Amino acid sequence: MAESENIVAETAEKIFADLADAQTINHDKQGAWKAPLWQALTEAGLPLSWVPDDLGGSGASLAEGFSVLNVAGRHAIAVPLAETMLAGWLLTQARIASPEGEMTVLPASPKDRVTLNADGSLSGRARGVPFAKDAKHFAVLASGNGGVSVALVDVAKCRIESGIGLGGDHNDTVALDKVQPVTTRPAPKGFDQTTLMLMGGVVRSLQIAGALEAMLDISVRYSNERVAFEKKISKFQAVQHNLARLAGENAAALAAATSAADTIVNAKSLDTDAVFLEAAAAKVRCSEAAEKGSSIAHQVHGAIGFTIEHILHRYSLRALAWRDDFGSESYWAVELGKLVANRGADELWPLVASR
Amino acid sequence: MTAALRFDPIRLPEKCEQLRKEVRAFLAEEIAAGTFDPHAPNREDNDAPEFSRRVGAKGWLGMTWPKKYGGQERSFLERYVVTEEMRVANAPTRRFFVADRQSGPVLLKYAPEHIKMDILPRICRGEVCFAIGMSEPNSGSDLFAAKTRATKTDGGYLINGTKIWTSSAHIADYMIAIFRTSPPTKENRRHGLTQFLVKMKQPGIQVNPIGQITGQFEFNEVVFTDYFVPDDHVLGEVDGAWKQATSELAYERSGPERFLETYYVLTELVRAVGKNPDTRSAEGIGRLVAQVHTMRRMSVSVAGMLQAGKEPVVEASIVKDIGTVWEQQLPHRVRDLAAFVEETATNRETLEKQLDFAIKTAPKLTIQGGTTEVLRGIIARGLGLR
Repeated sequence: MAESENIVAETAEKIFADLADAQTINHDKQGAWKAPLWQALTEAGLPLSWVPDDLGGSGASLAEGFSVLNVAGRHAIAVPLAETMLAGWLLTQARIASPEGEMTVLPASPKDRVTLNADGSLSGRARGVPFAKDAKHFAVLASGNGGVSVALVDVAKCRIESGIGLGGDHNDTVALDKVQPVTTRPAPKGFDQTTLMLMGGVVRSLQIAGALEAMLDISVRYSNERVAFEKKISKFQAVQHNLARLAGENAAALAAATSAADTIVNAKSLDTDAVFLEAAAAKVRCSEAAEKGSSIAHQVHGAIGFTIEHILHRYSLRALAWRDDFGSESYWAVELGKLVANRGADELWPLVASR
Repeated sequence: MTAALRFDPIRLPEKCEQLRKEVRAFLAEEIAAGTFDPHAPNREDNDAPEFSRRVGAKGWLGMTWPKKYGGQERSFLERYVVTEEMRVANAPTRRFFVADRQSGPVLLKYAPEHIKMDILPRICRGEVCFAIGMSEPNSGSDLFAAKTRATKTDGGYLINGTKIWTSSAHIADYMIAIFRTSPPTKENRRHGLTQFLVKMKQPGIQVNPIGQITGQFEFNEVVFTDYFVPDDHVLGEVDGAWKQATSELAYERSGPERFLETYYVLTELVRAVGKNPDTRSAEGIGRLVAQVHTMRRMSVSVAGMLQAGKEPVVEASIVKDIGTVWEQQLPHRVRDLAAFVEETATNRETLEKQLDFAIKTAPKLTIQGGTTEVLRGIIARGLGLR
């Protein structure tokens, strides 16, 4: 994970460095950067990393895909790369081939449900769907009388109530009113909405960890440049200690997210308490780190970091926004607390120490 | 780019899990035999010499050290498992903990062969207790302000001065201490301190116990008056102790004891809320479990990186910083949630007693073994800020 020897992550890093420079994007009011970036990502096979060759993807490993997401978080990538990867992964679970172009996943919140009707159509409403407006297809998890299914849906057949999320990216409500999907297939045994939310949560956790790394980096750099009271602010102990705490939040997020990703990579089944602990804890801890870390990064930057011209908000607001997707930290904390209580006090440590 | 932090997702190898089962079975036997009560961390004295010997007999002390010194040549990850299981069970580890974690490795690196052959096997058998002599009445975090003198004399040194806050000195057989052999130089204020092996329970050493706010007497004042240390008890370079402290610190800072010291209140809270917690209790427990899980994964990761020969100095300091801040907050968060526990919970009294003790323990956690302020200074240096 996140190793420099990971060639897929290196490819992503190079594309982001060339075509997703934060400063350039921040000054580009027309969004001219988007198309070339998406094209380069597509040519490198990254959006369909988690889709095997025979289903139209590039067949990278789960681990390689996870490290791409960590790098994407570090660059606060504002195209639906993570969403398309997750959609491709979901479709692959049901052996549905992935189409070209941008995709996203729904539901994106544990409380929303999509129903598979008896006539094969889909009904339901999914709120907070990231990049729905930018997508060409949706990968949908739906429940019906026959159990849980995965469906590929043409965006044009759905009603989208457009919205912009905290991070400045599309975050929309998708209404499905008896929509006929392109394809529907049953989900594998044991795969349900919780599985999708846990996987989505790990994706977001890795992105948050990446964004925190970027925030730490630009905050350290800024503190070594900015002079106040006749010295660099990095020389003030109060500032140093704030940055040390930011490093701690970055470290906790990184450790939690990479551990959860590694657990999923090595899991025989995603339906275990160990996977649940790892993924839920990662989303809780990374979301808490997003809050604490971004507030320190802003504090170090002072007023300049509060301006739209400065790049800090690209990372800080996205990290905060990502907390909400696929279940917020308070949601997962409740679910994790219930699981722990249900196992009982004497089964807590064996769970924590299970790997 | 700032030097990126690394926390490789280490998985404990299969043999660790076998070992974990053995440790759990051993501890269960000890609890059944009445050696200690896992629900009562507030026992008067955590010293248990017979228990220490039985742990040694299992081969769980000095387990990473060479066999010729009584060790087992096992991995740091195996030692990690033993340490965390002992900690979570509230086992009485006082007698061997410091020797196993810290003093033994220092001797391995710096002591002459005959001393290694004499002392290390006894540590492995759980027979000897070590203390660490760092702080003095006028030098705590500022280690290099130490003034206790070691004056050269025939065949050794004469020690005069006072160490303070020395945990376990009242039961210790040995102390590894730093004494001043030369004044600091203008260029290097850290110069002039030397590390020594000190045999306790000898004339010339007076140990005065100091009461703590928990009601325990686990730390001490240690007064040296013309105490003689032979030349072969110098550990490492004369005047050069400052060069010797770095790599061991990563082990000392990142172990399970750095986030599990008050863990027992979380277990007891889970017991008290029962199988069907209300939303507030569930969320509170979930957040705490997410934290302890993350801390453990960070700590295991550092152990794995150390085993692999890396030097994650900044990462280890981060583990101690956020781990100790967390274990300090833990009893207060559990107290918040305990307010909602039903009167009928059968372990209510146990939980309240534990909280009382944990809340009293909490202030020391961010002070002992390197304060939060010192750690954040080290992290800041690692980030390129100083």
